[in-house]
Amino acid sequence: MIETQFTPDAAGAIPGPDWLARRRVAAAEQVAAAPMPSAEEEVWRYTPIGQLDLSRYQLAHDGGGTSTASVPEHSAMAETSNGRLGSVELPAEVADQGVEVRPLGEGDAELAASVDVDMFALMNAAFSVEPLLVRVPPGVSVEGPIVVRHWLDADGGAVFPRLIVDAGADSSVEVLELYGSADVSAFVSPVIEIRVAAAARVGYLAVQDLGPKVWHIGSQVSHIGAQAHLRSSSAALGGEYARTRLDTHLSGRGATGDLISLYFGDGEQTLDFRTFQDHAAPDTTSTLLFKGAVDDASRSVYTGLIRVRPDARGTNAYQTNRNIKLSEGAWAESVPNLEIENNEVHCSHASAVGPINSDQLFYLESRGVPTETAERLIVAGFFDEVLDQFPVLEAVPAVRDRLQSKIEGLGHRGVDGETGS
Amino acid sequence: MSEQRSDPAMSELVVEDLHVQVGGQMVLNGVNLRVASGEVHAVMGPNGSGKSTLAYAIMGRPGYEVTAGSITLNGVDLVDLSPWERAHAGLFSTQQYPTEVPGVGLENMLEEAVEAAGGDRSAVEAQVAAEAELVDFDPDLLYRSLNVDLSGGEMKRSEAVQLGVLRPRIAILDELDSGLDVDALAAVSHRIEQATHEDNLGVLAITHFSRLLTVLHADVVHILIDGAIAETGGPELAAQLEDTGYDPWIDTRAESPVEIHLGGDPWP
Repeated sequence: MIETQFTPDAAGAIPGPDWLARRRVAAAEQVAAAPMPSAEEEVWRYTPIGQLDLSRYQLAHDGGGTSTASVPEHSAMAETSNGRLGSVELPAEVADQGVEVRPLGEGDAELAASVDVDMFALMNAAFSVEPLLVRVPPGVSVEGPIVVRHWLDADGGAVFPRLIVDAGADSSVEVLELYGSADVSAFVSPVIEIRVAAAARVGYLAVQDLGPKVWHIGSQVSHIGAQAHLRSSSAALGGEYARTRLDTHLSGRGATGDLISLYFGDGEQTLDFRTFQDHAAPDTTSTLLFKGAVDDASRSVYTGLIRVRPDARGTNAYQTNRNIKLSEGAWAESVPNLEIENNEVHCSHASAVGPINSDQLFYLESRGVPTETAERLIVAGFFDEVLDQFPVLEAVPAVRDRLQSKIEGLGHRGVDGETGS
Repeated sequence: MSEQRSDPAMSELVVEDLHVQVGGQMVLNGVNLRVASGEVHAVMGPNGSGKSTLAYAIMGRPGYEVTAGSITLNGVDLVDLSPWERAHAGLFSTQQYPTEVPGVGLENMLEEAVEAAGGDRSAVEAQVAAEAELVDFDPDLLYRSLNVDLSGGEMKRSEAVQLGVLRPRIAILDELDSGLDVDALAAVSHRIEQATHEDNLGVLAITHFSRLLTVLHADVVHILIDGAIAETGGPELAAQLEDTGYDPWIDTRAESPVEIHLGGDPWP
């Protein structure tokens, strides 16, 4: 039981269609009855979840400023500020294809299906002020990414962004989601649902660059249909404690999911990832590549589970997590797991946590590259493999630049507080 | 490096009484060597004699601890310098199996190296292109990560490109010929020979086989046994090795180590 203003009454007071109001209240009642998650539970192990005090946050209602994060050329764009949907830019030629970018309305009750993987996803169901729908009709290919840019500047604010990407059969779309904030103390708990219908192709990239006092606890739930392909990626750069849980369900025969992420922790950040690759149909393929670096006194957690259900013969599932520990005080945990209930499968997992490779360092140094420069080159190179596989190519240069600014801080931070950027 | 380039006439690498320990084991037990500009020296020895350790110790690889003796280049003591400082002093080394460095390109690395040494990074791109042509290194491969997905020959051509751009005073070549096809060996060794003539490069080539000595035209051959130079001579020494192998030196040392010093040097 949580003593906060996140009550069923508060949930019911949020304007919206009736079906959504009912769902909000029901979810808020579940939240009210639920115990707070604890680091004793496996799925919250290694996290500072015990330090979360929800009573410090208020549901943010009022729109604030707008993000200045750079946006690549795009087909459509929606902006939120403090959880409020601001402008939606949907050019006529895109709208004429039947593409929708809009808040959920009266007719969307069928989208109420539960994807509530934990208490925070339930909170999102209860308190998401304006859930956003991106829908691409069957057979339509959208040229250029659809961008959703979030901004948060309400000190003490709690926001629950919700995005539903609904890609119709044989459609094709890329979605870029950007999270940024002012230097405020805030709580962000997003939920992203991605529905990839049969033979559809979806690319998704989330760039999380929140301020250093923001807590981010998000989940992404994807369902990939027969012969469909999802390439889902993220760059986790900001936040004080930033967690993403990824539930990827390969639901249709021949579905493929590629999960690619990078993260870079510095200062006292904790970056946390929980992934579930759920093979529920035959001949499905999932690949996962998560690479991270932790500097200063930062921490990272990766735990992943590949699950192959009894019917999922012919599964190919791979999971790779590699971490570079850049300072004595940094710490990375990597826990891959397999749960296989069918014999006709190819599965593998690999994980590593270690310092910068000393052979690589020696090679560059022996050519005359000074140690710190060599370290930065190696760390940047380590992430290249991830950046090379990101979808939404237009957005990659900005991610690379932002990552580089964190890498430039290597060896400088902690001396005089300078970040090198 | 530009500093050394302005005075290419005379450089000398001097290794004196070098003792090196690796992982708690003594591997080099008093090595003495002098390599001057324009000279090509070969170090030959059986497996485990300490050849690669000598190369790494001179370049300053972490884990190769100098417990006694000295390494100097033009009188500058290198032992307490980091590998990149040794490179700036004019040293270069090739590895038998060059390390893969994913995500780091040849040109990028050389730009950083040249800039750190006070050179002009904007000149590197053209130099790389010119050097690649000299050793017939496929320009497409220049954009790959260092040593990633390269054949043995391509890796050594890449290292020859690096040597050409960095223009060291002394190059230590560790098993340059290993994994090399005939064409690559010819291209790479020709480039090194050219550097010894035109740039007055001094070479310390570590090898198992006399083939490399022939193509590099070694002036001096050292035989390394159990972490010390057992004999130093001219190219004829390599020819003798072809016939007898290392047994004469190993046996001599085992039975009567003193004899080496008394009568063991036919090429004084």
